[in-house]
Amino acid sequence: MASESELNAGIEDGVRRRDFINIAAVSFAGVGAATVVLPLVNQMNPSADVLALSSTEIDISAIQPGQAIKTSWRKQPVFVRNLVAKEIAEAKAVPLGDLRDPQTIDERTKPGKENWLITLGVCTHLGCVPLGAAEGENRGDFGGYFCPCHGSHYDTAARIRKGPAPTNLVVPPYEFTSDTVVTIG
Amino acid sequence: MVRPLGFLVGLGFITALVLAIFTTPLSNEHNATHDFHKHPKKLALASDGLVPHWDKQQLQRGMQVYKEVCSACHSLNFVAFRNIQDLGYTEGQVKTFAKGFQVPSINPDTGEPATRDGLSSDHFPAPYANEVAARAANNNALPPDLSLITKAREGGKNYVYSLLTGYQNPPQNLPKELAPSTGLHYNPYFANLNLAMAKPLSDGQVTYADGTKASVDQMAKDVTAFLVWTAEPKLVTRVQVGWAAFFFLLIFTVLTYLSYRNIWADKKH
Amino acid sequence: MSFPWAKQYQPQHPLMQWIDEKLPMPRLVYNAIGAGYPVPRNLNYFWNFGVLAGAALAIQIITGIVLAMHYAANAGVAFNSVEHIMRDVNAGWFIRYAHMNGASMFFIVVYLHIFRGLYYGSYKAPREMVWLLGVVIFLLMMATAFMGYVLPWGQMSFWGAQVITGFFSAIPVVGEPVREWLLGGFVPDNATLNRFFSLHYLLPFVILGVVILHIWALHIPGSSNPTGIEVKDEQDTVPFHPYYTAKDGFGLGIFLLIFVALTFFSPNMLGHADNYIPANSLSTPAHIVPEWYFLPFYAILKAFTFNFLWIDAKLWGVIAMFASIALLFFLPWLDSSPIKSSTYRPMYRIFFWILVFDVLLLGWCGMQPAEQPWVILSQLGAIYYFAHFLVIIPIVSRIERPLPMPNSITEAVLAKHATDTSSASATA
Repeated sequence: MASESELNAGIEDGVRRRDFINIAAVSFAGVGAATVVLPLVNQMNPSADVLALSSTEIDISAIQPGQAIKTSWRKQPVFVRNLVAKEIAEAKAVPLGDLRDPQTIDERTKPGKENWLITLGVCTHLGCVPLGAAEGENRGDFGGYFCPCHGSHYDTAARIRKGPAPTNLVVPPYEFTSDTVVTIG
Repeated sequence: MVRPLGFLVGLGFITALVLAIFTTPLSNEHNATHDFHKHPKKLALASDGLVPHWDKQQLQRGMQVYKEVCSACHSLNFVAFRNIQDLGYTEGQVKTFAKGFQVPSINPDTGEPATRDGLSSDHFPAPYANEVAARAANNNALPPDLSLITKAREGGKNYVYSLLTGYQNPPQNLPKELAPSTGLHYNPYFANLNLAMAKPLSDGQVTYADGTKASVDQMAKDVTAFLVWTAEPKLVTRVQVGWAAFFFLLIFTVLTYLSYRNIWADKKH
Repeated sequence: MSFPWAKQYQPQHPLMQWIDEKLPMPRLVYNAIGAGYPVPRNLNYFWNFGVLAGAALAIQIITGIVLAMHYAANAGVAFNSVEHIMRDVNAGWFIRYAHMNGASMFFIVVYLHIFRGLYYGSYKAPREMVWLLGVVIFLLMMATAFMGYVLPWGQMSFWGAQVITGFFSAIPVVGEPVREWLLGGFVPDNATLNRFFSLHYLLPFVILGVVILHIWALHIPGSSNPTGIEVKDEQDTVPFHPYYTAKDGFGLGIFLLIFVALTFFSPNMLGHADNYIPANSLSTPAHIVPEWYFLPFYAILKAFTFNFLWIDAKLWGVIAMFASIALLFFLPWLDSSPIKSSTYRPMYRIFFWILVFDVLLLGWCGMQPAEQPWVILSQLGAIYYFAHFLVIIPIVSRIERPLPMPNSITEAVLAKHATDTSSASATA
């Protein structure tokens, strides 16, 4: 713009109006370009079909106490575990002060359904899938889950107890649509 | 060198073309199909033109016609149940609607092919498992997928509407070789005049929830309107965004013109 | 590479000064499209199309990169991935339609740019290299556009690929192996689609490179102008910026208005319905037509229907079609007239307009089925096309008597303004 104002400097009459038109034209070009950038950036967000998969229904009727299943929600693994009374008691016995990420088991389950522990199967350290959902897998030192990548141990409420992971396994948003069906998402 | 050589090459091409002119017959072979083939009738819809909108009532009726009539043979592969929220259905209605369909799945215990209730994220299930099955059930004719049909045919919506309402008895003067053979049906809007699909619509075939009388013409209009939507669900948004962009650019262009005149004001050119 | 009176880049800001010392990039831009490039003062609107072609290339590259984030180059899913872009990707329909119609806009401005060059003799010395590089860009654009049209894997994509690669099978002996090599199979299939996608992504950047050479070559002699008289002194020129940046800004506004109208209001107007049917190697569309920008050349291909000498009609058509573009490489030497602008070439001007009509006619014929009168019209059109470049222009450039010309650009400008004012006062 500098050279344009130099150019008009010699003109006595209407200098201000003339400068204004040049500035307005360039500003419009800038606003237009910025507006076009929006869709070009937005296209990288999850598309409609990906968002449509954001809720999954799971039938939990076949999971026996003490067992767990691995299913998926938004293409991420989800652990659904039917806790036995002993495991719930173990989780309750831990003083909150001993925990890296203090949370009670009641905060991590639904009232009246304390035996259903539903978490993402994604280690909060660097995103590996912990072991312990399938029969016979290593459940770690605390009887919950164990991440083989860097050795994070989770307890029976899927809370981090030992190893590098900073936080507990994430509990996704879910609700019981009936006694045997859970909708995640 | 370029010019004499170019001249010779040019003469070569021109000679070949002149000989081609004298050896090509000047009259076309008469094509009787052209005499009977009709241009599609014009169908006016709410989604036409530069200020389009969706007539949701009509689209809902059109979907009903698709579901109750067309879907027996024609797939709608690119449309998901979740998409019909555009037609004015709520999320809950879509869920219930989807549940009414059985979509292909796998039995989790045996791995055998099975079906399950549809979810909003599912697409309309196809009537046949594959092309061979579709041909086998339809006298070796393949019913095309309808998702894009109004964009995939010359004449678009007009053609679809005309075809649906164009079934008639062959005219008296129709040459024998153009008469429909077994399993084919005369329709002057179809390029070959005879097509495998039998007249799909008859008066009162569906019962509209909104009380509209289900004449053949009405059903054809409604289902065509629906298929315009399935082919281009973003049509209305597209035109609306287009106007915003157009007016913005109009102002921009006027400003650049004034700026151009302003900068050149003291220069003769 | 510029006139002695060209302004020198003087960085004001210390940061720009610092950059300029280390990497004289700002200086390069300043000299190329800034105030450091003196341009004839008398350019008309036809000189806008170079910048517009650059803008079209930029639009195609940006939208193309974005589309490639969602497109899948696999014969099984390519068609579905395009529909996925149209239906599910955020603003995908906009980006895809912009890319689709952007190709047409690119060709529209490039054709106008080419015909500007033909009318004003821009291909003549000392700008032959500019012209030659321009023809290279045109060829690259055609290749890129063709391969891009194959990617949606619709019926026209498939059969277009089948027909165009079929040209190569016209070559004696090696034709069929070459065609199979190009396709990676016996018909266009997954291998074809993958390599076309790879090349379709690569070629625009090659075009960009040649565009830079095209502009570089232009800056050696400087821009031509409607009088065809070379720049003599400073008063013949104005600095590119702000004079022509402002004018190009206005041109860009008009260009975008048309582009937006096409993209948002009638995005499929220039396409073919058949390309919304997934590719099917067992069923040919009733009427295979290339995209509109190939139609004149397609008409030339179809015009040859007679086996002449030892060459059959198919090979004649293919050779003629390639020759119709290749002869543009020789144009600077076919036309030996030293006068550039048609304004002072009364005979050439008539033939120029016949050529414009001829190319439009060929385009119209290219769209029609192989029936009369279209066949004979395309044959007559093709005869004129070759005659124009290979026979008429060389002869006209010898026998034509040019009109009297002004001595300089400034004189021409002043004369124009003198007649403007006198006619204005006469009417007043």
